[in-house]
Amino acid sequence: MTGYRLQLRNLRKRFGDLDVLGDISLTVRRGEFVSLLGPSGAGKSTLFKILTGATEADAGTIHFDGQPLATRPSPFAFMPQHDALMPWRRVLDNTTLGLEVQGLARAAARKRVQPLFAEFGLAGFEKHYPAQLSGGMRQRAALLRTVVQQREMLLFDEPFGALDALTRASMQRWLQAMWQQHSWTALLITHDVREAVFLSDRIYVLRGRPARMLTEIAVPLPRPRIDLTSPEASAIEARLLDTLLNQSPD
Amino acid sequence: MSIVKLSMRLVTSALLRAAPAALALGAVVLAWEAYALFSGISPTTLPAPSRVVTQAWEHRLALLDNMLPTLAATTIGFVYSLLAAFAFSVLVDFIPPIRRGLFPVLIVSQTLPLVAIAPLVVLWFGFGLGPKIGLVALVAFFPMLVALVQGYAATDRDIEALLASMGAGRLRVFLLARLPSSLPYFFAGIRISITYAVVGAIFAEYAGAAKGLGIYILNAKNNFRPDLVLAAVLVSSALTLMLFGIVVLVQRLVMPWDRLERRSP
Ligand SMILES: Nc1ncnc2c1ncn2[C@@H]1O[C@H](COP(=O)(O)OP(=O)(O)O)[C@@H](O)[C@H]1O
Ligand SMILES: [Mg+2]
Repeated sequence: MTGYRLQLRNLRKRFGDLDVLGDISLTVRRGEFVSLLGPSGAGKSTLFKILTGATEADAGTIHFDGQPLATRPSPFAFMPQHDALMPWRRVLDNTTLGLEVQGLARAAARKRVQPLFAEFGLAGFEKHYPAQLSGGMRQRAALLRTVVQQREMLLFDEPFGALDALTRASMQRWLQAMWQQHSWTALLITHDVREAVFLSDRIYVLRGRPARMLTEIAVPLPRPRIDLTSPEASAIEARLLDTLLNQSPD
Repeated sequence: MSIVKLSMRLVTSALLRAAPAALALGAVVLAWEAYALFSGISPTTLPAPSRVVTQAWEHRLALLDNMLPTLAATTIGFVYSLLAAFAFSVLVDFIPPIRRGLFPVLIVSQTLPLVAIAPLVVLWFGFGLGPKIGLVALVAFFPMLVALVQGYAATDRDIEALLASMGAGRLRVFLLARLPSSLPYFFAGIRISITYAVVGAIFAEYAGAAKGLGIYILNAKNNFRPDLVLAAVLVSSALTLMLFGIVVLVQRLVMPWDRLERRSP
């Protein structure tokens, strides 16, 4: 036993001539919120694709709870970049998608999801179509769809990237509160330094093309975090920015 | 919302949107009427629109009697065509090599001139409904197949990745994502196909039939009755518009989210 929930060692991935993941190692402990911070095109989404089985790594190992990932059912609930809500399904039926794929009957799946609508700020919108929701609500619906799968670990790929600044800030606060309440284990991809500092216990900083780990930074700020005005927070932010700006070739 | 109310709304909004076109059409009809009236041209060469309408009314029973077989050939042929297009599209989606083998053959089938094959089909298979259904199916098939295949390909990659992360297999992904994604494309294809289908049915009848708008047009022409030819054209246009309207109505019912999507930014 390593004591880690997720442990990646020396992952590599190329797409033809394009070297996307250079040599990625990282760990996530139970109940930990870890962020992966890196510039656009660095290969962050590709890493998630490897974890969710959409593509295969060329080299390296992935262990979950000490077992090789391939030998066990997928422990991940994945929230893709953009909300990926199905426009033809009502909000309620979007949120039950994962449960239906798991083989739960539609009625049973609805029963399990319905009580969570209020907590996710979606009460009364069960019968709406995604096109009728605001950006923030769409994101919360996508998050609800992710967490009801009751997998061991959550993977967020730039969940708030498409939102305006205000909605984004309120969603980050809300996610923090939810995470504290539910003691999820989560890995978040972002290119937003503030977002990473606000939400994470630890942050990995990636350099792009091919992606390599630059540093790993702990964020020992007390929770709940209301804002990031403390000198400690500013110092961490400055350090992250410094690392990103000084190391990227472009 | 009830179907009746929905259709009423659709018709009203269609009429409003069609107002400029209707005005232009009205102007042409008026000019035509005036020309036929004052130029002294013989009604067996160019009948006035008013004459076309009164003759259509006078021969309404014969027109109806000939419209029904056309309607039957169109709808039955179209339904077969739709089923075949769907079946082939699924095959092509699951077994990509089939696409490379099949599409060239299908494209060639689309280049066959209907004028040439319609008489041959009648010669080989007779005057009955069967060969007409076959011809209609042939002309209506391709737009729907292409639309479906294109629609599957337009599926959101993120949605597919999401389903894969949930553990969905190929069939699940098809049913949950690719098929619904293809619907807007499919209906666009259906709209094209349904108009082709009517033209195909009339062509097939023109080449030989006991009854039908096509053979009615041929007989009217041979009897020097251009007014009845035009009356039959009027009926076939009305038929096409009606079928087109039904498709639009079905689309609204099947895809209630579609309008919301287009309305939102
Ligand atoms: N299936 C693929 N085939 C080829 N290239 C790909 C594929 N997926 C991603 N890439 C490339 O890999 C690089 C990293 O992409 P991605 O992981 O999406 O970056 P990020 O999420 O960090 O913005 C990009 O240059 C992208 O074009
Ligand atoms: Mg990405």
